[in-house]
Amino acid sequence: MAGWFDANLVSILNGFAIGSLLFILAVGLSIVFGMMDVLNLAHGAFFLVGSYLAVSFVAGVSWGGFLAALAVAALFGLLAGGVLSGMTEPLARRPILDQALLTLGISLIVAEVLSIIYGNNVRSVPGPPGLDGSVQVAGSTYPTYRLMLIAVGLLLALVVWLVVERTSIGALVRASVADREMVSAMGIDNRKVKFAVLGIGSMLAAVAGVLGAPVYGARPGLDKTILILALVVVVIGGLGSVRGALIGALVIGQVESLGRALLPELASFILFGTLALVLIIRPRGLFAGKVAHS
Amino acid sequence: MSVVPDSSTDASGVGADPRTGPAPGPSRAARLATRGIPLLVLLVLLASAPLFAAPFTANTLSRILIFALFAVSLDLLVGITGLPSLGHAAYFGVGAYTAGLVSIHWTSAAPVPVLLAAAVGALAAVATGWLAVRSGGVYFLMLTLAIGELVHQLAQSLSSVTGGSNGLFGIPSVRIGGEPLTLAGYVYWYVLAVAVLGFLGLWLVARSPFGATLRGIRDNEPRMRSLGYSPFRYKYLAFVVAGGFAGLAGGLFAALVRIVNPSDAGFTTSALILLAVVLGGAGTLWGPVLGAAVVVLVRDTFGPQLDGHGPLLLGVVFVVAVYVLPRGFAGLAGLVPGRRRSTGGTA
Repeated sequence: MAGWFDANLVSILNGFAIGSLLFILAVGLSIVFGMMDVLNLAHGAFFLVGSYLAVSFVAGVSWGGFLAALAVAALFGLLAGGVLSGMTEPLARRPILDQALLTLGISLIVAEVLSIIYGNNVRSVPGPPGLDGSVQVAGSTYPTYRLMLIAVGLLLALVVWLVVERTSIGALVRASVADREMVSAMGIDNRKVKFAVLGIGSMLAAVAGVLGAPVYGARPGLDKTILILALVVVVIGGLGSVRGALIGALVIGQVESLGRALLPELASFILFGTLALVLIIRPRGLFAGKVAHS
Repeated sequence: MSVVPDSSTDASGVGADPRTGPAPGPSRAARLATRGIPLLVLLVLLASAPLFAAPFTANTLSRILIFALFAVSLDLLVGITGLPSLGHAAYFGVGAYTAGLVSIHWTSAAPVPVLLAAAVGALAAVATGWLAVRSGGVYFLMLTLAIGELVHQLAQSLSSVTGGSNGLFGIPSVRIGGEPLTLAGYVYWYVLAVAVLGFLGLWLVARSPFGATLRGIRDNEPRMRSLGYSPFRYKYLAFVVAGGFAGLAGGLFAALVRIVNPSDAGFTTSALILLAVVLGGAGTLWGPVLGAAVVVLVRDTFGPQLDGHGPLLLGVVFVVAVYVLPRGFAGLAGLVPGRRRSTGGTA
């Protein structure tokens, strides 16, 4: 067992790095859906915008570029989420499919615009200075940047958890997930909450794109791969649950990383198998609360 | 497959609202004439198209027919059963790969590849649909998306069988009576014959008591359950039937273009076909045919002019259609009065 652990240490660490990234992505997706019934299929496209911003600001060359990319991505995410919130407003009384179609159309447009601007080649982004090397971890060399990614992911998880569980804004979020109608009846404007949540969720997606660029690079089609992973995380964790998004992200991170390392041919089967297993045992995900819209 | 004997279904037999009851309309013979004659004229026109159209046009028409069959099979899920799938291309792709592999390694004699494509498409739906249908609601959307991506990645990674990202090429042309069909016109007739049989099959399914039950489940699932129906069993069967017809369309596609790419099973194809259904009007069967024609024409005519950025236009069409055409072309025609769109609800 110890030998196996040593041999696969790099894969396990990779799994944590992917898991951190997936958490940053999935928590926005999960809360937006849990609260507002908006299935945002453009989430992956926003991630890809972040990745390409990292390419543009040559994030690896200086910390200034990296931070600038993060700032621009955050701003873009906020704006995009706000616009999306306005665009879904007329569809609020229509079936979920219509909103899904709208965001699907937006994701197609964003992905194509990116491919027009940046071309179809795979772009790689080096880590920022000081983090682009490797360190020794228990006898294996491991990229420093990915260790930092794990730390940032865990830190963010802590922050999100504190905000959602310990502040009055968090109480509003949890109340909206549980019963939106009741929150609205108590005099809180649903549209403002939706605007804020979509904005912050999209911001997290774009920021995750910048953070993920040194790992995944930037290429056409990455948006779909990422979106599928994030959706799987959300489904496993349960819609609208922060804890579920964290556990789901860590599980899927390991499944992805170890699956690809040990059984590369069957990696997608293993991913789907995990999803199937969780849904057979818990049809609404691991941590689904008593959600009114289920 | 028996035909519903009562008159509570509307003249087209599809998209009917069971709650409206029998409408006083023209007699059965008159209805048959108003519906049947234009259909017959259309069929004759379609059959004679290769006689006066250029080979390229015949090819485009074949493509439209295949995507129309594919779209109508999805409409059985989206419109009739109320299960919006974002991964229907998985079964189309499975069918296309099956037909391609059968043609290369065994035989390309006329009905064998497409029939096997339909069978394997249905089997794939049996294997994957159980989970998706069981979960329901928005989980159905997400799970079908994941299933589609699974098949896409499989097609890419099993390169010894599928040719990987190079695609499965070198598929021999279809043979009828030992003679290979090489001219675009002959292939078109083959596609037309199979597609028309496919439309007929789907239309019969939608008209049958089974189809009526599916509509009942779409409109009011708790009520159907209390009447003693098992919604899960009906939805699952609908999913399998839709997968089978999508496989059939995929088999035809392999016979027409004779190369299959992983992207044919992927997300963009799924999105494209869902757009065709929504654009045409879900639940009407004829609407998605129209939608498929528009989508194929937009993609194949304007796509090359946009330097391969067809999906950009597609995305714009998506966004516009959601706002402007909530019920698709069928809604424009006003032929589905009083039918609320109830697809995609979180039942």
